[in-house]
Amino acid sequence: MALRIGCASAPGKARENKTGSWRVFRPVFDHDKCTSCGMCQLVCPEGCVLTDNDEFNPDYDFCKGCGLCAEECPADAITMETEEK
Amino acid sequence: MKKILEGSHAIAEAVRLVKPEVISAYPITPQTHIVERLAEMVADGDLDSEYICVESEFSALSACLGASAAGSRVYSATSSQGLLFMAEVCFNVAGMRQPVVMSIANRAVSAPLSIWNDQQDSICLRDSGWIQLYAEDVQETLDLHLIAYRVAEDHKVLLPVFVCFDGFIISHTYEPVDIPDEKDVKAYLPAYVPVNKLDADDPLSMGMYATPEYYMEFRYENDQAMTRSLDVFKQAGKEFKDLFGRDYSELIEEYRLSDAKIAIIAMGSVCGTIKDAIDVMRAQGREVGLLKIRAYRPFPAEDIKKALSGIKKIGVLEKNISLGSRMKGAVGLEIKDALDDSSVSVLSYVAGLGGRDIRIEDVIKMTDAIEAGNGDCFFGLREELI
Repeated sequence: MALRIGCASAPGKARENKTGSWRVFRPVFDHDKCTSCGMCQLVCPEGCVLTDNDEFNPDYDFCKGCGLCAEECPADAITMETEEK
Repeated sequence: MKKILEGSHAIAEAVRLVKPEVISAYPITPQTHIVERLAEMVADGDLDSEYICVESEFSALSACLGASAAGSRVYSATSSQGLLFMAEVCFNVAGMRQPVVMSIANRAVSAPLSIWNDQQDSICLRDSGWIQLYAEDVQETLDLHLIAYRVAEDHKVLLPVFVCFDGFIISHTYEPVDIPDEKDVKAYLPAYVPVNKLDADDPLSMGMYATPEYYMEFRYENDQAMTRSLDVFKQAGKEFKDLFGRDYSELIEEYRLSDAKIAIIAMGSVCGTIKDAIDVMRAQGREVGLLKIRAYRPFPAEDIKKALSGIKKIGVLEKNISLGSRMKGAVGLEIKDALDDSSVSVLSYVAGLGGRDIRIEDVIKMTDAIEAGNGDCFFGLREELI
C-alpha cells in the first residue's frame, strides 16, 4: 500500500491492511482432533475462521490471536503458539 | 486603502479578502470581535461564506475539518481554553493535511482563570503539526493571514496554520492599517485546489487507520512538509512584498542587530516595546539588538544561527513557561539548539504571563541581567507575594 497524503484511501482498502500483524500468539489447528463442530467459527470475534469442505482454518492475515477459539474448542484441537516474526 | 481599525476588525477584513467558503468558530474572549464582525459581514451579504454556528470549539474545528476535506477554503478563530478544547481536532487536521487557517488571539490558560495575554495556549500545541506564525502589530497580523493561506494551500506543504497575535494588545487595539485591494489579493491567492477531496461519486476516507507498519511514515511526511514550508513561506513573503510592498521574505526580523553585542529574542507584540527599549539603550551607547521570530513552527534555526553569529550574550523573552524545564521557556531551548555553541550564553526570561505589562524599563533591566549572565528565571515576579 503506497502512502497517500493525509492517510486517505478509497473504499475497500481495509482488506489490504493485514491487521494480523498485532498477534502475539497464533492458533494452530489440529485437523486430526477436529470434529468440525464449528464452535471456533462461531466464537471468533473477528470472523477469522475460514471453512473449506468442513476443514476449519484460521485466517492469519486478520486473526489477532485472542485465543477464544482455543479456549472454547470442545475437542482441544486448537493450541496457541508464540508468534515468530 | 488605509483605515484606522481595531485589530480584530482588521483580521475580519483579511478573512473577507481571502473569501473562505466555510467559517466556523465559537466566541471566546479576546477572539470574539473577529467572529462577531465576520457574522455581520455574512448576514449583510458582504461575505459569501457559510457561517456554521456550533456549540463548542471542538465542533467548530470539526466542522472546519469536514468542510476542508470536502475541498473548501475554511477559517476559524479561538483563544486559550477554546484552543485546548480543540486540541484533539488540531492533530487530526494536521494529520489529514487540511490547510485550515485559524486565528489565535493569544491568551493565558487557566487555572487560575485569566482572560489576559500570554502565549501559552499556542505553544502548548507545538507538536500538533500546525504552522505557527506570530505577529507584532495589527498590519502584520492582517498580512500574515493572507500569507498563511498561500503557504497552507501550497501542495508542497498542505498543513494548517495558526496566525497568532497577542490578545487585547493586538486584538483590541486600533491602529492604521493598509487593507490590500481585493483584485491584488485574488491574484496573490488563487482558488484552493485540494489534492484529496470528499466526493460521493469517488468516495474516499481520510486519516485512516495506520498500523505500526505505516504510522511512522505519516508523521515523517508531516515533518517533511513542515520543513518544506520554510522555503514556501519565504517565497510567499517575497511575492507579498512585490505586490503589496511589505516585506515578509524572512521568518525572522532583525532590529539593530548587525553590530550588536547583546541580542534580545522575542515573538509577538512585545517586539514593539523591545525596539523602543533598544533605541533608548542605543542612545546610551549600549550595543543591543532584537531578533524577532515570526515562525515558531517551522523553527527557522538556520536563519537564526546566521543572524546571531558573533553575538555572545543572548536573552529570550518568553510569554510561556514549560513547567519543570530547567531553562523555563520553550523558545530559549530552540535557540540553544539552533546555535549549538556552548561559548554563547543563551538565557530565558519568563515574563508577561497572564497579561502582566512588559515596559521599556523592564526590557532595560532584562538587558542588564543578560549582560550579567543571570537568567533562566521568571522575570518581574512580585517577590512580596511569594
